[in-house]
Amino acid sequence: MDTANRQLADLHIALVGVPNCGKTALFNRLTGSRQKVANYPGVTVERKEGGFRDRGGRRYRVLDLPGAYSLSPTTLDEAITRDVVLGRVAGERQPDVIVCVADATHMPLSLRLILEVRRLGYPMVIALNRSDLARKRGFRLDVAKLAAALGVPVIETVAIAPAGAEALIQGLAAFEARSPLPVVEGGGAVCELAPNRAETERTQQLVPQILAEVGYREPLRTRAAARADAILMHPAAGMLVLGAVLFLVFQAVFSWAAWPMDLIEEGVGAFGLLVSGILPAGALQSLLVNGIIAGVGSVIVFLPQILILFFFILVLEDSGYLPRAAYLLDRLMGGVGLSGRAFIPLLSSFACAIPGIMAARTIPSARDRIATIMIAPLMTCSARLPVYALLIAAFIPARAVGPFNLQGLVLFTLYFAGVLAALGVAWVMKRFLSKRTYHPLLLELPDYQWPDLRSLAMGLWDRVRIFMRRVGGIILSLMIVLWFLSSYPAAPPGATGPAIEYSFAGMLGRALHVVFAPIGFNWQIAVALVPGLAAREVAVSALGTVYAMSASNAALESALLPVISSTWSLGTGLSLLAWYIFAPQCLSTLAVVKRETQSWRYPLIMAGYLFALAYLASFITWRVTLALTS
Amino acid sequence: MSVAAHALPVPLTVLPRGARALVHCVLDDTPVIDDALHSTVGQRLIELGFVHGVEVEVIETMWPIGDPLAVRVRGSTFALRRREASAILVTLA
Repeated sequence: MDTANRQLADLHIALVGVPNCGKTALFNRLTGSRQKVANYPGVTVERKEGGFRDRGGRRYRVLDLPGAYSLSPTTLDEAITRDVVLGRVAGERQPDVIVCVADATHMPLSLRLILEVRRLGYPMVIALNRSDLARKRGFRLDVAKLAAALGVPVIETVAIAPAGAEALIQGLAAFEARSPLPVVEGGGAVCELAPNRAETERTQQLVPQILAEVGYREPLRTRAAARADAILMHPAAGMLVLGAVLFLVFQAVFSWAAWPMDLIEEGVGAFGLLVSGILPAGALQSLLVNGIIAGVGSVIVFLPQILILFFFILVLEDSGYLPRAAYLLDRLMGGVGLSGRAFIPLLSSFACAIPGIMAARTIPSARDRIATIMIAPLMTCSARLPVYALLIAAFIPARAVGPFNLQGLVLFTLYFAGVLAALGVAWVMKRFLSKRTYHPLLLELPDYQWPDLRSLAMGLWDRVRIFMRRVGGIILSLMIVLWFLSSYPAAPPGATGPAIEYSFAGMLGRALHVVFAPIGFNWQIAVALVPGLAAREVAVSALGTVYAMSASNAALESALLPVISSTWSLGTGLSLLAWYIFAPQCLSTLAVVKRETQSWRYPLIMAGYLFALAYLASFITWRVTLALTS
Repeated sequence: MSVAAHALPVPLTVLPRGARALVHCVLDDTPVIDDALHSTVGQRLIELGFVHGVEVEVIETMWPIGDPLAVRVRGSTFALRRREASAILVTLA
């Protein structure tokens, strides 16, 4: 038995199911933490693969395909599901067995998809998920009858129970791996599935017949759910609740994260000191301490914010609230061509565009996802606050304007300008860039349910891994390059200015000054913008370095303030403020966009349009201020 | 209400919140979702269960003009925009 099993080749299985059928929970149950999350080549569709071994030691490779209502796709994600099933994706093995995950409590949608998949004639199994919930609702689907009606094995699973997938694993043991079929590029050689209305309607007539045979009972809307919807989806009350929820998330991301972020910062600082104590002063010490430890530390510091944010997103998503929030906001956001679902990623971007862009993964349609990613950096991230704080303190008088403070008003205006610019850019993209096709809402509002803690923990762990590995990797290399640019060539002996002035970064800054002079920036700003590439707030400390301040970060701002307010003109200050509304120079953001979209196209377009808008805004601000003050 | 009025199909969008009706059909001429994928709103509506004879219930509508609206069909709830919902013709039950 054992030896026979060992000879069996790995079995490649793919999970197919409609959205909200508990497919991902089943995937997590099958594979545990042995998952790889990547993207399908060339598209922004998430590819999740995992594996497990059965008792006999046979290996199974499991692919969690994007949720799809149909094999006639309306989104890129559904197209991927169809193409993988048909073996049309280059570099992707056609699955040996298709596991159709059905939600026993919502059978009509699942069954229609199953009938469509069955037509293809590939080996398949039906995992009848949430069968426990169906029993609680007082019915039990007749598995034998369903299997007989479909001519396909049907196995009950309970994705949220510890041994809920055992029967499925045993059922899969009967299948053999096929010899890999040749990948069919493009054309419909395997089976043409162009949407056929008559065919679909015929299938839909079959669904209630089969369901009546197997004893399915349509779920009644519970009174609690109806009452919850009446409040949460109410045009006024629902909006109030949504506002409160968003406020809570916003608060949590800023205030709960503050303590662990301080801790990480202190830890990174202490580690840097430790390393500088061990290593002799020199290039290696500088690279490790100033380049790698400080650089990577400045990114890892966002990890608590990312965790807290994704905790809320996952809870809101799992509980069924997120689609309802999207319903409430659809009309507001639809006006500029965004999906209602875009609001969470955009909200997150007020903390940092990186978690915001990562949160865009929860938007099912690839096109809506791109639109959201492209405007995410226009939300004023927390890294811009130190810069705003410095410049507002230096140039805006703390005068009362009615009941408000002028400084506070300016800060609010800067945030508001970012949102306004985002809406404008989204509108332009909708109007001129996207193909003239209609984006329907057609959004399922699933039953309310308690979030599954195991899936929640695994979802969070996924995000941490993605953040640490992918972002960490690219940030690390950027930091090393940046350190090199700001350290070499070293200042000549007897140099009076700060070392950075003589380095490549300094030269670059001076060269860039030619570009920035028309918008009122001096060469010191131009130099400071170069290390500001790494993280926006670094610009403040970089300015300090350029002005040859040797003080700790906290002391820096107060020391820098008098220098700036006395040597810069008002126009320069305001122009830099306008620049930071767009702040096109955050390399980490662009790196994440590259990672998330799997192409250089979008980060390049983003850098281009942000730079153009920043330059334009600064130019206008500089010119107008000049005209008004001279 | 006369028998003729009962049988006359009307767009789903005329139903007020809480109303139930039977699906008559989904119009043929619906917006294209994606040219490259040859998909239409009508095709998707049929896949979601809006087929002849199925009961639908409008459970919530959004201010100011009832766009979007939430519709229950075969035990599932979907949020539709008016533009999608107007392609669904219903007869009052």
